Amino acid sequence: MNPQLFALAIFDGIAYAALVFLVAVGLTLIFGVLRVLNVAHGSFYAMGAYATASVGAAIFAAGYSPWLAFPLMLVAAVLVGVIVGGPIEKLLLSRIYEMEEVLQILVTFAVFMILEDVQRLIWGAQPFFEASALMALGNVEVFGITYTAYQLILLPAVAVSVLIGLRLFLRRTLSGKLILAVTEDREAATSIGINAERVYLVTFIVGASLAAFGGALASATTSVQPGMGADMIVLSFAVVATAGLGQIEGAALAALLIGLGRSFAIYLWPELEVLIPYLIMLLVLLIRPEGLFGKSRTRKI
Amino acid sequence: MNGKRILASALTAALALGGSALAADKPAELKVGITAFLSGPASVFGEPAKAAADMIIADLNANGGIGGVPVTTYFVDEGAGGEALLAEYRRLVQDVGVDAMFASISSGNCNKIAPLAEDLKILNFMWDCGTQRILEESEYRYVYRTQANATPEMLATVLYLLKTQPDFKTIAVVNQDYAWGRDSWDIFLTALKAMKPDVEVVAEFFPKFGAPDFSTEISRLQALRPDVILSTSWGGDLDTFVKQAAQRGLTNTSVFVLPLAESSLQRLGSSLGAGHIVGGRGDHYFLHPEKRDDAAYTAFVEAFNEETGAYPIYPVFHISQAIAALKAAYEKAIEANGGEWPEREMVVDAMEGLTFAGLGRSVTIRADGQGIEDQLLGTTIVVDEYDFAVLDNMMIFDGDAITTPLGQTSADWLKTLTPEFVESVPADVFSH
Repeated sequence: MNPQLFALAIFDGIAYAALVFLVAVGLTLIFGVLRVLNVAHGSFYAMGAYATASVGAAIFAAGYSPWLAFPLMLVAAVLVGVIVGGPIEKLLLSRIYEMEEVLQILVTFAVFMILEDVQRLIWGAQPFFEASALMALGNVEVFGITYTAYQLILLPAVAVSVLIGLRLFLRRTLSGKLILAVTEDREAATSIGINAERVYLVTFIVGASLAAFGGALASATTSVQPGMGADMIVLSFAVVATAGLGQIEGAALAALLIGLGRSFAIYLWPELEVLIPYLIMLLVLLIRPEGLFGKSRTRKI
Repeated sequence: MNGKRILASALTAALALGGSALAADKPAELKVGITAFLSGPASVFGEPAKAAADMIIADLNANGGIGGVPVTTYFVDEGAGGEALLAEYRRLVQDVGVDAMFASISSGNCNKIAPLAEDLKILNFMWDCGTQRILEESEYRYVYRTQANATPEMLATVLYLLKTQPDFKTIAVVNQDYAWGRDSWDIFLTALKAMKPDVEVVAEFFPKFGAPDFSTEISRLQALRPDVILSTSWGGDLDTFVKQAAQRGLTNTSVFVLPLAESSLQRLGSSLGAGHIVGGRGDHYFLHPEKRDDAAYTAFVEAFNEETGAYPIYPVFHISQAIAALKAAYEKAIEANGGEWPEREMVVDAMEGLTFAGLGRSVTIRADGQGIEDQLLGTTIVVDEYDFAVLDNMMIFDGDAITTPLGQTSADWLKTLTPEFVESVPADVFSH
């Protein structure tokens, strides 16, 4: 493998990792606070993508500027988070926090299946492809290989901004500190007057919006089609498990590892591509069962 | 002709001599079960096929049905998974009492259903699945394929490629990582190596089914610059691959060979430019060069477009063939039965040698149950009338010449082909 191909593999890996991180970070945030492994996370990803692609197709067909795609992505992400995510937490998850983990996973899995059908009801079975946002940014040539600026520059930039933004939000703002307090010890936080229910709701909406935002960004690069949510949730689980559940910075590193591993596999041993995320996860968990950044916790009595 | 069939035909003939006691009462309706993907990624095929089946059968029933009996359909979603599909299949046959089954789109499902149909003694048309193995490796009385299989489809693609791009040197493949992606590449490569031994395969990619991103494969392909890139992918996967490749200019530097892209042309829009090779698993194309001036055909195409918002794609042609085959089989059986309504077994007897035409050219069922169907491929051009690429320099290959001969397996037969085979297969050529 010559230096040129080495560099290309790194670019490809980073672009891919950026998208995976955006979805995984929402999942890990929700788990960190609510302690619920949310299978329906994949649906938020798919719905963000569907909403952006379908609305985008309609407004660009009506002659509006493709640059509107970018604000549209943000709006779609927030709307999916609030309109779909909000009621799920408020009406469903809030009732089962005390139940067994297995039951919680089953409930979110049921929600996932229901939302899959809801997507089919609304958007049908035909794939959407709406790449105006990607086309608007044009191409970049690196070592004689053409990349889209969207994937090579925008996606990694957005991922880094989300990472830094989340960190600042959690450490520097009051709402962020409330979330951290509830994460640390819900009972103690409630006893000093923090409204834990509200924190749960806000966290869930933020996490869901992040997944939808990942979907919205992905919609410019790929076919939006039935089944896309299921694939993404499996990959996100691998990232989150590798990182250690609830670890935001860890999710970034794990996404990068998996992204780079995958792109190097395609250059060197394409047959291994599909296996790579899970091989990495397996290796990490064999050595550190709590994940790269996970802390082993003493059991509370 | 296989032994079981001879025996069955002889029995039927002997019994028929006994008198008209075999004539069944004309039923109130002819029940047909159809399995198709109505959910999941492959619903890009199931949904148009269902829409077409509804239209064609409504039209059929308005014109007297089959032998005066109206047809009723029962759809089963293949997307529900193998076990659920088999259970539904049994239910339709045993509880609802369907007269025939059309199953299915997925080769995996056909593999499971063929032996089940044989057990249940129900006439089953494999109306869309591609695997050539089922009828090559086992003998069935009740299972027929009303369309071609993967071998003639891939072989026609290789022939078209060699006829139109005889000087290409290097090829890369990007197929979906499941049975069809792997098997179609095996067939394609075996045929290609037999007819062009000096070809060099520079890369083989099998990204997972439903992969959302081919960026890395595309970077790699840009570095390799193969003359030809084959992809037998379909649906959203094919759309994604071609669109991502077009965005990054790969479609300008390599010729894409896309044997299933007839079903994606309308969605690909302007992403797929001129000069790429496109097929549609048979002579299936909404501007079929021999049918585009046929009033009934164009009326159907327009009505379908009106109904669904898109032009017909190959599963629409495939379902039309299955319906045409059923009609032809019943009519043949009725005639053989002296105008009386036939027993089910008589309809099965009528299948061998049956010729019928759906929306495309006619198809004939061979002794092993395999349909002999012609294959159409073309090269994309961009025209003003459509906002997506259409086909030019179309060739229709004769199904007889490119289907594995009776009694042989594709894997062995393809190896016997030589470079001279390319010229020996005639093709009817048409322009846009």
